[in-house]
Amino acid sequence: MSLIEINVMRSRVRGLRTIIYMVSDLDIRKTIVDIAFKCGESAHIGGSLSMVELLNVLFGEVLKHRPVEPEWPDRDLFILSKGHAVLGYLAVLHLYGYFDADKLATFQADGSDLIAHPVKKLQLGIESSNGSLGQGLSFGLGLALGMELKNEDRRVYVMLGDGECNEGSVWETAALAAERGTNRLCAIVDENHFRNDGAVTTYANKIKLAGIWRAFGWNVIEIDGHDREQICGAFAAARAYEEGPTAIVASTVKGRGIDFMEANNDWHHNRITSNVYKDCLRALGLETVDG
Amino acid sequence: MVEISKRNARTWSRMGIRAIYGQALAGYAAENPNVIAVSADLGRSSGLDRFSKEYPNQFINTGIAEQNMVGVAAGLARSGFDVFASTFAPFASMRASEQVRMNMGYMGEPVKLVALGSGFAMGLLGNSHYGLEDLAVMRAIPGLTIVSPADCAEIYKTLEACIGHRKPVYIRLTGGVNCPIVYEEDYDFQLGKAVWIKPAADITLVSAGTTVGHCRSAADALAGEGFTIGVLNMHTIKPLDKEALAHAAAVSCTLIVVEEHMRTGGLGSAVLEFFAEVGAPRCRIVTYGIPDRYGETGTYPYMLKTSGLDADGIARLIKRETANA
Repeated sequence: MSLIEINVMRSRVRGLRTIIYMVSDLDIRKTIVDIAFKCGESAHIGGSLSMVELLNVLFGEVLKHRPVEPEWPDRDLFILSKGHAVLGYLAVLHLYGYFDADKLATFQADGSDLIAHPVKKLQLGIESSNGSLGQGLSFGLGLALGMELKNEDRRVYVMLGDGECNEGSVWETAALAAERGTNRLCAIVDENHFRNDGAVTTYANKIKLAGIWRAFGWNVIEIDGHDREQICGAFAAARAYEEGPTAIVASTVKGRGIDFMEANNDWHHNRITSNVYKDCLRALGLETVDG
Repeated sequence: MVEISKRNARTWSRMGIRAIYGQALAGYAAENPNVIAVSADLGRSSGLDRFSKEYPNQFINTGIAEQNMVGVAAGLARSGFDVFASTFAPFASMRASEQVRMNMGYMGEPVKLVALGSGFAMGLLGNSHYGLEDLAVMRAIPGLTIVSPADCAEIYKTLEACIGHRKPVYIRLTGGVNCPIVYEEDYDFQLGKAVWIKPAADITLVSAGTTVGHCRSAADALAGEGFTIGVLNMHTIKPLDKEALAHAAAVSCTLIVVEEHMRTGGLGSAVLEFFAEVGAPRCRIVTYGIPDRYGETGTYPYMLKTSGLDADGIARLIKRETANA
């Protein structure tokens, strides 16, 4: 049993309100690679690896949540709008104690509820079904408005991709959230600079992604999405900003942490074979069985 | 619930379907702070003007952004509110259809999506604003209940039934001002349970929305010529009231489905799908709706007349079909 699993068990036994154990970014990356390898199918790896630090800070330090009580009414809500990055999300949910390794091992198995895009299942900590890009922010805004109407001290965090920001519906929501000054809503844009077919050329030259969010009236914080200190600072600043919604535009590297996957869009959606798996472990600095 | 009376029914009919939607919703919002109206900038076109002024905290205008309207409505609905989101039928059902699919279908968020001015009700605004295919699209999405109220009284009944109902509903409003009056006194309304306006007979008309009133007028007009015609208000198009349909098929020789929708994918298709499963050995089934093309446009009465969907047209249809039988 890993240290993490022991800690999860401890927190379950004690019914602790807060997460007392640390999940490392390496744990998450290792888990992503493990699930991708074990499922034996192609999976979205690059966009999962790019958001590891963002999710780890969010779940470890920012979100008010109780993995042992996933439907706790006072919890903050997280929506993975870039739903194809579900591997990273499931790895985090597992490591933070929402479900065990046996459940995780059903990823992309026939009939499993853990598939290539999130399927709403509150008992597992999955708040929303996603996969159709450009919809999560809108749902998130509705949730945030609901919290506002009920005067609840809760917040909604929505993770989007930069490629996803091609969807016009994102900007319908961006405009309304700014107009209404919805400060319970925080968008995290994992700007990893790639989409399915290659580079996100849309925001590479004349228009910049952060600039659009700013033009839409959002409080924009630009950070290095792999720098823990900057990420923590951004979330704190988002929380402190009361006039409206905040967009954390995080520059990241797609495939981060595994050298041959970094900025290599072949790993947007691909299969990890046993040879590749060994290479992944080496790249992560973890020893493989055969040395 | 307000009183359904002859007097009220006349007043409501004069005000028209959309104005009554707004008035009814405002009435329910006054007594229930959980009721929220969301509009994609069509508050004034759906009688929600007063609502937005009197209950600003219960009203959200998303701007001209129907996809966002549905997503936001879903988030609010998840938060426990009774959310009624409205815009014109093609924008609700088609511009935002994938949002409906993900939020209301896949996730089952209990949004009440209100399609204004469906069928030909938008008159001179033309085909861009008509709701001719909305049922086909919405019917294909699992988990949705689809309701089309027959008159203003039934709008009150529908909204009342939807408040506290934690499932997604598509509410299709046809008809305009001076819409046909079907109900002048209180009656029992339940989602999924059709209402017999005239008992099943040799010929039975099955319809939904304001076409029900035209069907009744046609049946009344033909009564003097010796016809006995049943009229079934299938206000809930999904799920169909199968018992009522089975009864109609057992009693009638000819069952005619009349609808203000393309013949493809609407109530007629739903009825045919049902009978394809269970059979209707002694009953001929006819479906009548809008032919498969975008035709000329005009005022609402003109459109109903030229499509044969007013009382006169339906009477002619009945004669034609019984002559064929």
